[in-house]
Amino acid sequence: MIEVEGLTKYYGRFAAIKDVSFKIESGEIVGFLGPNGAGKTTTMRILTCYSPPSAGAARILGMDVTENSLKIRGRIGYLPESVPLYEWMRVGSYLSYTAKAKGVASSVRRREIERVAETVNIAHVKHKIIKTLSKGFKQRVGLAQALIGDPPILILDEPTIGLDPQQIREIRELIKGFSHNRTVILSSHILPEVSQVCDRVIIMNKGVIVAEDTPRNLTIGSAKSARIELIANAPKKELEMLLLGLPHVNTVTPLECGHNAHEVGFIVETEPHTDVRPVIAQAIVQKGWGLLSLRALVATLEDVFIDLVTEEQHDNGDTQAPAEEAAV
Amino acid sequence: MKGFTAVFQKEVTHYFVSPIAYAVLVVFLVIAGFMYRALVINMALLSLEGAANPMLAERLNTTDLVIRPLMQNIGFILLFVLPFMTMRLFSEEKKSGAIELLLTYAVTDLGVILGKFFAAGFMLLVMLLSLAPSFLMLFALGNPDPGMLLSGYLGLALMGIALLALGIFISSLTENQIVAVAVTFGAVLLLWILPWAADISDGPTGAFLRQLSILQHTESFNKGIIALSDVSFFVLFAVFFLFMTMRSLEAKKWRG
Repeated sequence: MIEVEGLTKYYGRFAAIKDVSFKIESGEIVGFLGPNGAGKTTTMRILTCYSPPSAGAARILGMDVTENSLKIRGRIGYLPESVPLYEWMRVGSYLSYTAKAKGVASSVRRREIERVAETVNIAHVKHKIIKTLSKGFKQRVGLAQALIGDPPILILDEPTIGLDPQQIREIRELIKGFSHNRTVILSSHILPEVSQVCDRVIIMNKGVIVAEDTPRNLTIGSAKSARIELIANAPKKELEMLLLGLPHVNTVTPLECGHNAHEVGFIVETEPHTDVRPVIAQAIVQKGWGLLSLRALVATLEDVFIDLVTEEQHDNGDTQAPAEEAAV
Repeated sequence: MKGFTAVFQKEVTHYFVSPIAYAVLVVFLVIAGFMYRALVINMALLSLEGAANPMLAERLNTTDLVIRPLMQNIGFILLFVLPFMTMRLFSEEKKSGAIELLLTYAVTDLGVILGKFFAAGFMLLVMLLSLAPSFLMLFALGNPDPGMLLSGYLGLALMGIALLALGIFISSLTENQIVAVAVTFGAVLLLWILPWAADISDGPTGAFLRQLSILQHTESFNKGIIALSDVSFFVLFAVFFLFMTMRSLEAKKWRG
């Protein structure tokens, strides 16, 4: 559905994205993840046909963004990061303006506006002036604007930025709700959001893709070690020695735990893709100590993200001056 | 031309919900009304003299004494107020980022530009038509030449759209409305004073500079002459700057 090959965009001499390639299938929800200035917005601007690429090609629904811009734009709903609404308009007239600008036929315009207002739950504020709405509602109006014309592809740039946690959850639910039969690309630097909403994550840093997989595979696959949290009723020194003696165990870090002086805790780091929990349990039981808790700590997407992004910096940090943040 | 209607309606609505258009309209009408009053009073005084002097009375008419000078004065006021009508057309949306969103809809650049241009043209029409009652009153007082009145109006309208196109182009260059209006002012004043430079440089350069002067081209309209050269000057002037606006929008896309 969306194919991107070798996409590069220069702003002057600064390359905002370099040789970016990916594919998105129909019906997928894909998250672009990356720190500010990673090239997420630039990539989205190219996909929405707003900004032409310096090199490479992007095909959407089999059409090239530079050659069939008008046709593609009719099939895409876009929400820019800044949510540029016309604040002096009323919600209802803004939506009817959008429908007109998007070329929704006048016979179905009214129904389309009602459908969208229902979807994002803004039907009751239609008579209000946009300026007077809360940030959360403005965001909904922004989403409504993108949904008008029922586009099969939605591109949402930081759809939850600047909202409070309650609003973030609402917007996230909305996105989940209307995305089941659409292809959605959303960008974010908030990790839980991406891991909860998206089928697949593309992590970008400094204009290149550093990883691309499902949130689950990313957290399992790229972790450099597996970690286990252990709490037991045992003498501290002896337990530490015992743990270090077990196979696959790399390090053992003591953990502050509880008020109970008899309880000791450790974080055990082992080689990836191994599970030493049965071995630990057996060893402790054999010694006659009490095993209180033993659980595997799953790396969060955040760990993966930080790993990937800092790794990049180590790789080329010295040879390359820190890239200026792309003007957005 | 996709997007023309939506943009046109939106811009016209904006003129009537924002204070700018009202302020411009009021200033325009107050100054034009003041000049109208002065010219009519002048005519009344001359008419009194004319009662005693038949030679003078023969040459008195509302066309020469009121309409023609008023048309010239209105043209002069338009130079000063029209930049305010165009200053925000692109700069505001560039600043808020709304232009980016608008251009990702299935609209053409030309549709957007013409939508804004015609909305500004509509306001120009409102300004000019709001003066119509003053002119119509002259028909009750005297015997003005309707053809002369219409050609004068045409001249003002053509000069107006040329200025609007220039203003729209300058507005598309900056995110700042103040910068847009200041630069438009500068450009308009320069176009106004160009014939002064033409007086000191003769030959083809002087002729060229004289041709660029905006007010110069309205003069024949005020004499009741609709000259092809003047009409085409204004039309080409407007087309040129609308074309430049298209290029400017396109350049913005490449720069991001």
